[in-house]
Amino acid sequence: MGETGRVREGLRTYLMIAGMWVRSTMAYRASFVMTTFGSFATTFFDFVGILLMFSRVDALGGWSLPEVAFLYGVSGTAFGLADLVIGSMERLGRRVRDGTLDTLLVRPAPVLAQVAADQFALRRLGRVTQGLLVLGWSLSRLDVDWTALKLLLMPVMLVSGCGIFCAVFVAGAAFQFLAQDASEVQNAFTYGGGALLQYPPTVFAKELVRGVTFVLPLAFVNWLPATYVLGRPYPLGLPRWVAFASPLVAVGCCALAGLAWRAGLRSYRSTGS
Amino acid sequence: MGTGRLYGAVAAGGFRRYATYRAATAAGVFTNTVFGLILVYGYRALWDERPHLGGWDQSQVVTYVWLGQALLATLAIGGGGVENELMERIRTGDVAIDLYRPADLQLWWLATDLGRAFFQLLGRGVVPFLFGALCFPVYLPRDVGTWIAFLVAVLLAMLVGFGIRYLVALSAFWLMDGMGVTQMAWLAGYFCSGMLLPLNVFPGALGEVVRALPWSSLLQAPAQILLGHADPFGTYLFQGAWAVVLLGAGRLVQSAATRQVVVQGG
Repeated sequence: MGETGRVREGLRTYLMIAGMWVRSTMAYRASFVMTTFGSFATTFFDFVGILLMFSRVDALGGWSLPEVAFLYGVSGTAFGLADLVIGSMERLGRRVRDGTLDTLLVRPAPVLAQVAADQFALRRLGRVTQGLLVLGWSLSRLDVDWTALKLLLMPVMLVSGCGIFCAVFVAGAAFQFLAQDASEVQNAFTYGGGALLQYPPTVFAKELVRGVTFVLPLAFVNWLPATYVLGRPYPLGLPRWVAFASPLVAVGCCALAGLAWRAGLRSYRSTGS
Repeated sequence: MGTGRLYGAVAAGGFRRYATYRAATAAGVFTNTVFGLILVYGYRALWDERPHLGGWDQSQVVTYVWLGQALLATLAIGGGGVENELMERIRTGDVAIDLYRPADLQLWWLATDLGRAFFQLLGRGVVPFLFGALCFPVYLPRDVGTWIAFLVAVLLAMLVGFGIRYLVALSAFWLMDGMGVTQMAWLAGYFCSGMLLPLNVFPGALGEVVRALPWSSLLQAPAQILLGHADPFGTYLFQGAWAVVLLGAGRLVQSAATRQVVVQGG
């Protein structure tokens, strides 16, 4: 089977398992509605925090409320999409610990697809919706000088951001093969990344901005493309084309995360229980 | 065995249980440190725009951030205390075994939670706080008295925190699946304790309300004492009153639950 065949097989497996979880969720519709609302509300509070900050000041690091809301909307939507698609991977540590990963290994389907679709939770649409609403609100308030290039950059930014966060989730899961109990480290990069990107880059120390541009390239989720769309000065004096590098960065991150996943899976030793 | 020794042993057990997972503790320390770093920069930008916001200067808000990270797990503000286990025992019916024991249900779980809280304070709280104190200009009181007053407030905060979470856990007697309630409690805790934003920064009437709610006993109250912005005895009175009300309510709900509710079997 060629590489494309494997990808197709993985996608088919993923959709089958995810569909199964959606059907099982829909057996309890009231619970689904409540937890979706909960997911919406949880992330909404993050934004309330920002609104409260702006009730006391007019700008944060030189960025106005609509501009910060734009950053928030983009990173919230991108992270929400990644969380919806493969957020369940953060539970891998538990499967490694109690040995239930073995069940997935003996099935004739790619393990990554099985783990990613495991307990697929449609309620996470709440987070995506919240991100899109904030993004929509910010766009209604911003006076952006729209060009074809900027319009094109919007969907590209969201999809690439989702790809970068997916890579972080997969790399985090690969790390859990080694770490097991230490699965919380992953939160520092996933949720921590989300928390970082809701503030403008100007509030952080140069070294930190360098770190999330060149080492863990979260800056490509929203900081750099948003800087271009909003026409603001670039952080670290970067060239203007970096705003368009997000898709390449996303592909690169996913490739590296895939390698990490393979290495992690190879090193897996069952608990035997 | 004397009553005091019994609950002492239960608390020690809670401490040891959480101390077992060293890798998980180290991971938690790392995560708290990363979140602390992000928040420090965010809040410093806020105080750059409005110096002396809420009566604090830059170094005081930095102390507040690291204190928040140190107390997040200790007071289980984001969940993760013993209430999850108690809820699971109520759902499965195992709570019947707890009720058989010659010990009080509420005190038993309070002791377990205190043991957990002391471990989280030492294991997860101290390192991020020290990291923050070494890497950033922080405000730290010079006299021992303030530190002792602060620790007393943290102890009272542990009682209030448990009081809230015990009520949340007991709701499982009626609701069975406590996921929704847990989520709501977590949200309320995050918003009203000052984790989201210090309560003295909240504007107008909203600020007045959140500062009067029990959650302000958790993070805001000890922080204000450490930062020299509150009279310890007034604060203790506030925290103590909420602890009595919440633990008393927990006791009433507990007796209602054990009298009227059918325990799950099977």
